[in-house]
Amino acid sequence: MTQTAQADLTPSPLRDERVGRNSVLARLFARPEMGAVSGAIVIFLLFFIIAPPFRSAGSLATVLYVASTFGLMSAPIALLMIGGEFDLSAGVAVTSSALTASLFSYEFTVNVWAGVAVALAVSLAIGFLNGWIVVRTGIPSFLVTLGTFFMLQGLNLALTQTITNQVASPDISEIQGFSAAQKVFASSFTIGGVNIRTTIIYWIVVVFIATWILLRTHVGNWIFSVGGSAPSARAVGVPVAKMKIGLFMGVGLLAWFTGMHTLFEFNTIQSGQGVGNEFVYIIAAVVGGCLLTGGYGSAVGAAIGALIFGMTQQGIVYAGWDPDWFTFFEGALLLGAIVLNTFIRRRAEASR
Amino acid sequence: MTSRPGHQDKTAVPLVRLADAGKNYGSIIALSGITLEVSAGDVTCVLGDNGAGKSTLIKIIAGLHQPSTGSYEVEGTPVSFASPREALELGIATVYQDLAVVPLMPVWRNFFLGNEVRKGLRMDIGFMRRTCKSELLGMGIDLRDVDQPIGTLSGGERQCVAIARAVYFGAKVLILDEPTAALGVKQSGVVLKYILQARERGLGVIFITHNPHHAYPVGDRFLLLNRGRTIGYYAKEQITRDELTGLMAGGGELEQLSHELEAMGGAAADAAQVLGEDVQELGIARRPGSGE
Repeated sequence: MTQTAQADLTPSPLRDERVGRNSVLARLFARPEMGAVSGAIVIFLLFFIIAPPFRSAGSLATVLYVASTFGLMSAPIALLMIGGEFDLSAGVAVTSSALTASLFSYEFTVNVWAGVAVALAVSLAIGFLNGWIVVRTGIPSFLVTLGTFFMLQGLNLALTQTITNQVASPDISEIQGFSAAQKVFASSFTIGGVNIRTTIIYWIVVVFIATWILLRTHVGNWIFSVGGSAPSARAVGVPVAKMKIGLFMGVGLLAWFTGMHTLFEFNTIQSGQGVGNEFVYIIAAVVGGCLLTGGYGSAVGAAIGALIFGMTQQGIVYAGWDPDWFTFFEGALLLGAIVLNTFIRRRAEASR
Repeated sequence: MTSRPGHQDKTAVPLVRLADAGKNYGSIIALSGITLEVSAGDVTCVLGDNGAGKSTLIKIIAGLHQPSTGSYEVEGTPVSFASPREALELGIATVYQDLAVVPLMPVWRNFFLGNEVRKGLRMDIGFMRRTCKSELLGMGIDLRDVDQPIGTLSGGERQCVAIARAVYFGAKVLILDEPTAALGVKQSGVVLKYILQARERGLGVIFITHNPHHAYPVGDRFLLLNRGRTIGYYAKEQITRDELTGLMAGGGELEQLSHELEAMGGAAADAAQVLGEDVQELGIARRPGSGE
C-alpha cells in the first residue's frame, strides 16, 4: 500500500522529530498568547500581594480602563504586525484624529458629529496613505511610518498653533452634539457600585471581532499569509497590496475611535499628545505573541499585552513605587517578550 | 472552483502546445524556437543547465510572460495570458520551488490559501481540515495533524502538499519548477512518486530539472535546452538514460574539457583520461535529431 511505501521512504529520525513536537507542553507553548498569559498572571499576583489598593474592584476597573485605551489600538496593530508591517505613526495619528474633529467643529461652529465624520475620513486617509506608500515603493513600513509619524507630529502642532494660536485645541463642550457624542465615546455605567468605562466594552468587542476575522474568516487566512510569506501568498492569488492597505486603514479606524474617546473624555486635546504611545501598542502586540517579522501572533495576545501594561502602570501607583521606574518596566517587558517569542518561533518553525 | 478532477481521457488535442515560441528581453534573446506538446497523462521533462532558458519557458507557460514570437495554445485554443491567475483558471498550475507555502501557517490553511471554502462570512474550517487530511492521504502523505505549521514538514513533504493542492483545485497541467533541486536522494524519490501519481490521475505534468537521473524514470518526453534553444526533443523510446545524461553534460564541451586537461599534464591528464572514457561510454555522438 502507499502508506507502507511512505513509511519505507521516510527515515526514522523524522518520526522521532514528529513525536517530540507533539508533546502536550510543546503544543501549549506553541500558542502565541501563552507567553503573555503567564506574564499577566505573574504580574497580577505580584501587585495583588504587594499593593493592597490593587485588590479592590474599583481599582481593577481602573486598570481595565487604562488597559482598554491601549488595547483598542493594540488589536489593529497586532493584525497589521501579523500582516508583516509596522505603524509608528499610530500614536500621533490618534491625536491627529482628535484634533481634526475638535478644530473642524470649533472653526466652522458645526455640530461635533460633522467634525467626528471628517476625523474618520482623515484617519482612514492617513492609514491608506501609509499602506499605499509601503506597497507602492516596497520601502519597509518601519521607515515609511517613521516619516509619517514626524510629519503628523509637526502637522498637529503647526496647524493647532495656526488655527488657535495655542498648543491645545479649544474646549468644545459647548458645541452642539457634544453630550451625545460623549455618551457614545466616553461614558460609563455602574455595576454593583463599581464604575465601569464603556471603552472596556468596546475593547472586548474589538478584540472579539479581530480574533474572529483572524481565525474564522478567509481574510484572516490572508493576513497570516501576507505576513508569513508575501510572495507565496501572491502566487496563490491573495491580493497582497489590498490586504496591507486594508490593515493600515484598520489601524486608522481604531486611531479615530481612540482619538474620539480622548477628545470627548477631556473636551480639549494637547497637540503634542500621543507621542510614544505607538511603542506601547507595539509592545502590547509583541508581548502578546506577535512576531516583528510577521506571519504569527494573536489579537487576544495583544489584549493581554495591553492588560499587562495597564496593570503595571496602575500597579506601580497603587504599590506606591517611584513612577520614574515605569519605563524601565516597559523596556524589560519588551525584552523578555522578544526572547520568549524567538524561542517559541524556533520551536514552531522548521528546524531542518 | 473546488471540483474534484477525476481521470481524464487522453484526447487528441494536447493540453498545452507551444509552436516555435520565443522570448526576447529587449535585444536579448532568452528563448527561441521552442516547440512543446503536453498531453493529459503525460510527463514532459524540461532539462537544461543554469541559464538554459528553463525559467523563461515556465514563465511563458504559467502566464507570467507572453511569448514574443511563435504561438501558445491551450487545448487547441490560442491564448495570451495577462496574469498567472488566467492561466490558473484554465487549469495550468505552477508549483514553484520556494514560493510554494507559508511556513508558519498550519498545513490545512496553506492547502486552501487563496481558495478558502466559505460558509457565509466564515470559512468552513471543519470541511477544509477533513478534506486536506483525506486529499493528502490520497497522495500517500499520512499527517498526524493538519494543524501543524507546514514549516515543520520536510522539504519533500512540503512540495507534495503543494502538488496535492494544485491537483485538488482542478489543475489539468502541473508545472513543477525544480521540485527535487534542494532535496536529498530519498526525499527526491518521494516527490518523483507524486509526479507519477499526478500522471495517473490524468494530469499533464511539466517537470523542470537539471538532473537526468530524476527526469528519466518518470518522463514520457524530454525537452533539452541550452542557451535558449532546443538541443533535443525526444520521446522516451528514442533515447536512453545514458544518452540523456550525455546530452545534458554537453557532449562536445566535455570532450573539449578533456583535451584541455590533457594539455595541462600531471594530475589533470589523469582526470582527462577518466573524462574521455566517460564520453566514450556515454556515446555522446551528436544525434541527427538534436538540432544543433
